[in-house]
Amino acid sequence: MTETLSHSTGPRAAGGSLRRLLQDPFFVIGAAGLSVLLLLTLLAPWIAPFSPDEGDLFSIEAPPGDGHLLGTDEIGRDVFSRLLYGGQVSVLIGLSAVAVQLVIGISLGAIAGYFGGLADAIVMRLTEIVMCFPFYAIAITLAAIFGASVWNVILIIGILHWTGLARLVRGEFLSLRERDFVRAARSIGVSRTRIIFRHLLRNASGPILVYATLAVANGILAEAALSFLGLGVRQPQASWGNMLSAAQSMRVLSYQWWLWIPPGAAIVLMVLSINFLGEAFQRVLNRRPAAPVADLVSRRGWRARLPVTKGSENG
Amino acid sequence: MATSLTLKNIVTKLGQGLFVLWAAFTISFVLLQIMPGDAILVRFMDGDMGLTPDAIASIRTFYGADEPFLVQYFQTIMAYLTGNFGNSVISGMPVAQEIMVNLPRTALLAGLGFTGGVTLALIIAVLATLPGFRWIRNLFQAAPALLASVPVFWLGILLIQIFSFRLGLISVIAPGPWERLILPVATLAVPIAAPIAQILLRNIDAFSVQPFAYVARAKGASQRYVLLRHVARNAVLPVLTIAGVTFGELLAGAVVTETVFGLNGLGRLAERSVRNQDAAVLQAVVLIAAFGYVVVNFIVDMLYPLIDPRLRKPQGGNA
Repeated sequence: MTETLSHSTGPRAAGGSLRRLLQDPFFVIGAAGLSVLLLLTLLAPWIAPFSPDEGDLFSIEAPPGDGHLLGTDEIGRDVFSRLLYGGQVSVLIGLSAVAVQLVIGISLGAIAGYFGGLADAIVMRLTEIVMCFPFYAIAITLAAIFGASVWNVILIIGILHWTGLARLVRGEFLSLRERDFVRAARSIGVSRTRIIFRHLLRNASGPILVYATLAVANGILAEAALSFLGLGVRQPQASWGNMLSAAQSMRVLSYQWWLWIPPGAAIVLMVLSINFLGEAFQRVLNRRPAAPVADLVSRRGWRARLPVTKGSENG
Repeated sequence: MATSLTLKNIVTKLGQGLFVLWAAFTISFVLLQIMPGDAILVRFMDGDMGLTPDAIASIRTFYGADEPFLVQYFQTIMAYLTGNFGNSVISGMPVAQEIMVNLPRTALLAGLGFTGGVTLALIIAVLATLPGFRWIRNLFQAAPALLASVPVFWLGILLIQIFSFRLGLISVIAPGPWERLILPVATLAVPIAAPIAQILLRNIDAFSVQPFAYVARAKGASQRYVLLRHVARNAVLPVLTIAGVTFGELLAGAVVTETVFGLNGLGRLAERSVRNQDAAVLQAVVLIAAFGYVVVNFIVDMLYPLIDPRLRKPQGGNA
């Protein structure tokens, strides 16, 4: 099924890709937004006007202004400072969860796609089993078993979200392994590991990068939802998700906008920037399904048709 | 992965589906067993009830919770096969009854949300293909990324805030049966629309430059005719795949949506059961979700050859 969705990458000259990335409005907007947000969260210790965990009992639930840029929460903690520090946690979870997914997804997908047969059948059933679990029902069960903490949230998201990646890698490997350059490599006795890493994985790296980028965004969203339900990052540590759980109270929703709009907006901006990057990567790195006529008439001319095997036979 | 409608294929798919269900059952059973504490402690260890350890032990025997792990496992499987889902420890009601009450609500919400999501995706895709101002086109091409970036629960909160609190269009206190569903359905539809719109847009882009589209246009077909007759037909296939996967997300999304909007349904039932460690109910919810997922994907697999004639041949080439 995946094959119809993903298209293999033809390695292109890195310089060309970069130039096209820089011309893509999605990339420019996404990269700019992401850099600003990352700088703000990473520089939190220097930017944040207050400590994220210390409450000021003389100004509880104070509206913005009066020293507190975004007001204070129910125990007088500065919302702006918590937002900056919370961003660190959200980014950490997004990136680490994707690292877990990459490890599981690439290994299983590679095994299934390269060896096929029984290995493929086992891996595919395994992905189906994981996919048919309702995410939150299992995630909250796991959270109940292992307890709510940053590392458990990372593990839960990673363990439940690797299936798409495995299917993607499998599909890429299936189509790549019968290509001439792989056959040629095999015929001159290139070792199996070398073929998997140098030839197959390298050529599949474009779609993997696209997927991983979007997965970071999804990881941040999943953290937010889990923490919102009270099963993710625990207080007093701030995360964008658990700051939003304050919004479960009607009073906050009605009168204290500064408690639920800023963290939500921060999530949207961060995730949107990452999604834009993913969209740009998709456009630039992933070849469309073979489209000879389009290639002939495209501005890049006939060269666009050539690169399928170029640069990948140096094994 | 070409599928064809041969009997062998259907039987294989059914077998795989059953295997996946069994595995899902087993894994969730193990997970629920290692969950610390249990519902009986949550419900009966309350000091005010004044139950002696002996009394609790006998309650345990009543629910079959004192049997060894494997015995419980086989007992539960046998019971499930005869349609007996056990009793909820917290409410004392049969699990089947709790499910029957909550399933239709979630199914209605999910069904409406899915329809809404697909409609929204189609609208976005069509608007994005219209010739027009460049920035409008770009705006709609950016729409999927934007829709995919909003946390579901935050969107829900935002909608309540705008439509109920600020505009007063939808009553919070005593909404009618349909009025009550408008905002939750909108909330569910947005995250579903995002991936579908994305795939649609990408495919329309890709297929409208395929040779067959050029040929049709060269023969004098209008842009719209080519789009509808040639491109849309091809673009819809992958959407079907996504639709199958999305079903799982619908149930997942239901937990959050139902919590935000205070609706009852399977999602909330699951959440409540985790809090109370009501394993029997959770087991049933997980299995029902898995069942729904397997059935939807089975149907999707069977639909492929009907939509794409290329997949009808027993050997089937790759699409």
